[in-house]
Amino acid sequence: MTPFDNAQGRPRDFPVIFDFSVPGRVGSSYPNPDVPDTPLEQLIPASQLRKEPAALPEVSELDVVRHYTRLSHRNFSIDEGFYPLGSCTMKYNPKIHEDAARLAGFARLHPYAPAEGAQGALRLICELEELLAEISGMDRVTFQPAAGAHGELTGLLMIRAYFETRGERRTKVIVPDSAHGTNPATAAMVGYQVVTVKSDARGNMDVRALREAMDGSVAAIMLTNPNTLGLFEEPILDVEEIVHRAGGQLYLDGANFNAVLGVTRPGDQGFDVMHMNLHKTFTTPHGGGGPGAGAVGVKAHLAPFLPVPVIERDGERFRLDDQRPQSIGKIRAFYGNFGNLVRAYAYIRSMGADGLRQVAETAVLNANYLLARLRSRFDLPYDRLCKHEFVLSGARQKRQHGVATRDMAKRILDYGFHAPTIYFPLIVEEAIMIEPTETESKRTLDEFADAMLAIAREAQDDPEVVKTAPHSTPVKRLDEVRAARQPDLRWKPR
Amino acid sequence: MTPRGRGGNVTTGVERRTQHKYIPATDAEREEMLRTIGAASVEELFADIPSRVRLDRPLRLPPALSDPELMAQLRAMADANVHSDRAVCFLGAGAYDHYVPSVVWHLAGRGEFLTAYTPYQAELMQGELQAGYEYQSMLCEITGMGVANASMYDGASAAAEAAVMAKDLTGRGEVLVSTAVHPEYRQVIRTYTAPLGLRVTEIPYRHGLTDLDAVARALSPRTAAIIIQHPNFFGCLEDGAACAELAHRAGALLVCAVAEPLSLGILEPPGAWGADIVAGEGQPLGNHLNFGGPYLGMLATRQEFVRRIPGRLVGATVDAEGRRGFVLTLQTREQHIRREKASSNICTNEALLALAAAIYMASLGKAGFRKVSELNLRKAAYAREAIREIPKFRLAFEVPTFNEFVVRTPLAPEEVNRRLLAAGILGGAPLGRWYPELSDAWLVCVTEQRTKAEIDRLVALLEGFR
Amino acid sequence: MYPKDLRYSSEHEWVRVEGGRVRVGITRFAADRLTDVVFVELPAAGAKVTFMQPFGVVESVKAVSDLYAPLSGTVVEVNPALVDSPEVVNSDPYGKGWMIVVQPDDLRELERLMPVDQYVVAIGEAAP
Ligand SMILES: Cc1ncc(COP(=O)(O)O)c(C=O)c1O
Repeated sequence: MTPFDNAQGRPRDFPVIFDFSVPGRVGSSYPNPDVPDTPLEQLIPASQLRKEPAALPEVSELDVVRHYTRLSHRNFSIDEGFYPLGSCTMKYNPKIHEDAARLAGFARLHPYAPAEGAQGALRLICELEELLAEISGMDRVTFQPAAGAHGELTGLLMIRAYFETRGERRTKVIVPDSAHGTNPATAAMVGYQVVTVKSDARGNMDVRALREAMDGSVAAIMLTNPNTLGLFEEPILDVEEIVHRAGGQLYLDGANFNAVLGVTRPGDQGFDVMHMNLHKTFTTPHGGGGPGAGAVGVKAHLAPFLPVPVIERDGERFRLDDQRPQSIGKIRAFYGNFGNLVRAYAYIRSMGADGLRQVAETAVLNANYLLARLRSRFDLPYDRLCKHEFVLSGARQKRQHGVATRDMAKRILDYGFHAPTIYFPLIVEEAIMIEPTETESKRTLDEFADAMLAIAREAQDDPEVVKTAPHSTPVKRLDEVRAARQPDLRWKPR
Repeated sequence: MTPRGRGGNVTTGVERRTQHKYIPATDAEREEMLRTIGAASVEELFADIPSRVRLDRPLRLPPALSDPELMAQLRAMADANVHSDRAVCFLGAGAYDHYVPSVVWHLAGRGEFLTAYTPYQAELMQGELQAGYEYQSMLCEITGMGVANASMYDGASAAAEAAVMAKDLTGRGEVLVSTAVHPEYRQVIRTYTAPLGLRVTEIPYRHGLTDLDAVARALSPRTAAIIIQHPNFFGCLEDGAACAELAHRAGALLVCAVAEPLSLGILEPPGAWGADIVAGEGQPLGNHLNFGGPYLGMLATRQEFVRRIPGRLVGATVDAEGRRGFVLTLQTREQHIRREKASSNICTNEALLALAAAIYMASLGKAGFRKVSELNLRKAAYAREAIREIPKFRLAFEVPTFNEFVVRTPLAPEEVNRRLLAAGILGGAPLGRWYPELSDAWLVCVTEQRTKAEIDRLVALLEGFR
Repeated sequence: MYPKDLRYSSEHEWVRVEGGRVRVGITRFAADRLTDVVFVELPAAGAKVTFMQPFGVVESVKAVSDLYAPLSGTVVEVNPALVDSPEVVNSDPYGKGWMIVVQPDDLRELERLMPVDQYVVAIGEAAP
């Protein structure tokens, strides 16, 4: 892949940027000061002056370009191939969105520019709020959260503030056992005790267990719908009734919103608050781990608690309103990951109502098609129509051939695909969670299905090849135990 | 066989469908796939959704736009904004107009980085992981700290997570926060800490600096941390070493927020004077203003606190053949394993901006990083001294500053800004909205982007505003 | 696999009586289930521990488990080797992989722990 790999047939380390450093070399160009060069000691006290310059690498511009270009070749992206990472909605990220977000009027706009000089940006945020309120069936939407988990935090803080103003002391949050880890982690950050409710044999929330757990001490239930098994919560109306009758609030983790766009709206299902991951459903690129953008929609009764500022429209004028006495305050500086709001806005405007509905229908069609092609060779713990994703189990391969789901995931990399999400949700043994998204063609789905079936055969006929995978990646299987036992978290000069 | 809810207008995979460029499936393929599934229609695939919650009408959205129409509309919105290419920017206050070398986004914007997910399959994602490791290393170098994480949401939330981290590390229930910390950071610290019962006590400033006597009086065996910002929100240089000593004598930690990391090119780093946690904003490191986001939360701390650090950490290890490689490590701290006992709920972070910051720091290099820092210092000092000379304008605080300083203006700062904007200048931040006692105060920022001629023009305009 | 001279807790800790004190570790069963142990967090000497309350944490790459005190008492010794070599918990759980030594408040609490034959039944590894 690069001249550094396997030189003379012997593995060599791919260099880090520091390896290229040569004293005196420079990679940037800045003017000399055009203002008087007063001795530094007259500008700041000598005790505050840096004694040793930061040991950043000394490299040329070409060194930088080559190094990071080569690193990019050691990555796997949607641009390169299929990424069926369940729960992550890895759909195509349109290029035009990048052009839009990089327009100088957006990218170089200072957050404290006076409102009269930021009308275009404020309009965009305000219109995006209107669009997402319609799509979700919620009354107001805030864009301050930087990601889904940050949206969960915002949502639960609003619920907490709501009960506080009503003088109600509620101490618990219910989370299904299939929930994403951010749900219980968020509840704990907001000071709630987490109560886990199990799923039933169909993969729905167990309504009887919920009924038992639900009482006046429960502030909220955090539901994902479709849930992390890729299944629509069939008893949603019962859940809604049980929770609301006990005075609780219904929170939706909207990570899986892609499955139901234009088909059903969380607001109409009775949810009081939900977060939307704009970096999943509304296709803002994931950047190798962020930035995301979490939008949080609320019903009117929670609107007074929204983080400040809220963007208000006065006809065709837009302003920031931070005079909201009941607000939870701020959960980050400024207004949110605006660059991603531009992308999400562009996406919704280019899809329209019919397009968004086609997104959901095709995502669900693609998932059910893949499921139909794979079901004979893998265990299927919940045998139902799936929505945008489904969860298989590698238990059979583990038991019969000693091949773990982790091994099969590594083997998929050799076939040129990213692996599905594995070992999540926690309630499925050896879980394999597959989400194809609507942007993949039947041809791609077939190639992936063929690869999965081939791996199931290999697990039986040649388990070693699976257990020692991957074989074709820039590095072979990595020693995570060593990384954790002897943490090496930064480069140091040798 | 075909259950129909009220939402009976589900398309069936035939007619009435316009083919969209982001959705490749054709009608013929849909039919074929439905046959494999054994379903008669796409409608059938939604049979598990109760009809009572089905949407029985199309979403009320504006009609879909073609690409050229979309771009025209977005351009019109962008053009309605006064951005830093159109107006000369003297505005900072936590978001800084720095030069971004061309290489930064040519490289960070590559699809291979941009359209990847979090590196869950390490073998396939060495690029992202190694860049994360390099970022962590460079952040340690500039801050003088032992260990840094792979990114947080932004400076404010990083400061809030640092406060929570200090509570966990010390088992104590109060943080002292200087009022010379960015007002929005303070708001976020309050939001994060309130539900955990962590008390926030604000420490007043005096002459533009955190009042150390007030800190000494407020410190108690309950104090988990003192939180300062350096350079502080007013641009002034705090006596970090004295704060650290006060904190440590009381068994508390010192958290240092850094909103302007380019200051670290010329200032002694927090790690050298005893800070325990550095939490800050990495936007100035190669990231654009973006109307406030996406930005880059930086978090660095002492090596011994590594198991309490929130967020992702990249570590070096070896592969099955002994070759160096990188993985996400010490993950038992995180929500996907520890769930309600995790050190934070953070999952998606700001990896791409950390990558951009790494490329930026590598491009500037050892000498360039110092040079840019020095340019900021010198130009701001020149502007400060020139404004000081204008009759009726005066400096609010007579202490050393980095690239920002506070001016008391004879007209309301908002009015100053209105007049400047008419002349193509984006003026400083009026401080009255956060500090009632500073309603005539104006926070001016001068980065390396400003030329002497621009500064002179600003001064000339101000002279006319008396 | 499971020494006869030890007593066992339902949370997979073992106890060895040494004079008036007890030495505590985790069983082979627990160590195997965790897979490679990468980190052990233990209380300092002098700390109080309470019967069946958590006293520490043991971690592998992908899992975390609380350690439960099989007896109430005071920690008098902590295994210093686990800081740099947590792997001994896997390689030698009953020897080098011990975790703490406790001065028990009441040695009669031992009665509440299982003898080996009962423990192997509990974990489903009794010889048929
Ligand atoms: C079901 C679910 N909930 C919550 C999250 C957290 O979202 P984010 O990573 O944007 O914080 C995710 C994604 O990772 C998810 O899949």
